[in-house]
Amino acid sequence: MDWQGQKLAEQLMQIILVAFAVVAFLTGYVLGSFRMMLLIYAGGVVLTTLITVPNWPFFNRHPLKWLDPSEAAKHPKPQAAAATTSKKKATKK
Amino acid sequence: MHSFGYRANALLTFAVTILAFICAIASFSDNLNTPTPTSTVQVLNINRFQKKPDGDDEVSMTFNISANLQSLFTWNTKQVFVFLAAEYETPKNSLNQVSLWDGIIPSKEHAEFWIHTTNKYRFIDQGSNLRGRNFNLTLHWHVMPKTGKMFADKLVMTGYRLPQAYR
Repeated sequence: MDWQGQKLAEQLMQIILVAFAVVAFLTGYVLGSFRMMLLIYAGGVVLTTLITVPNWPFFNRHPLKWLDPSEAAKHPKPQAAAATTSKKKATKK
Repeated sequence: MHSFGYRANALLTFAVTILAFICAIASFSDNLNTPTPTSTVQVLNINRFQKKPDGDDEVSMTFNISANLQSLFTWNTKQVFVFLAAEYETPKNSLNQVSLWDGIIPSKEHAEFWIHTTNKYRFIDQGSNLRGRNFNLTLHWHVMPKTGKMFADKLVMTGYRLPQAYR
């Protein structure tokens, strides 16, 4: 999952759970059935799990652009010395 | 939210927290109910009224209890526990409460009832103070919820009196 996908997953999870909770409570209260409230909420939890937990493709629409391995080899990790850092900056794209 | 396990854990924790909230609100909604219970008790007969060998008085009586506790039930009620207590004052104790009968009402349909019975539990005094004693019969109930706070209340019925002499 990419960063945007993770944010989306978290938001979806929170919104859908709260929405189902509200619907469940109101339905249960109006029908006078505690059991109905719990059933609707349980259904909501299962639905939310199916939507937000698996790594669906729509969570990966902004994939991270990782550096190609051969390109990475040309730019070794900076050493503690400042001279190496300035040399690295000059050769970066 | 970077892994399956992380998301599953976050979801489960959040779902359970919200469930706790829903249950709290459901329990709070019981406060909106204004119950109007009614009850009458008729003492039909004093079957036995003796002083036991250890010196304490004991009474056995038959009574009719008729009550309508339907208004106590809400959507969040699991059952109602009801009991009938004889209450009286003696020189030794300012208040004596003796439970004579109890029952569990599992649903609203069963909450309007009429029962003809002898006392389920023995009516024994601490001492020998029951002859000619005036007493109240108080119907107590505990409304036990499916979730949350339990409400308890009572209805006092006055005007009962035990005989002057043993039978």
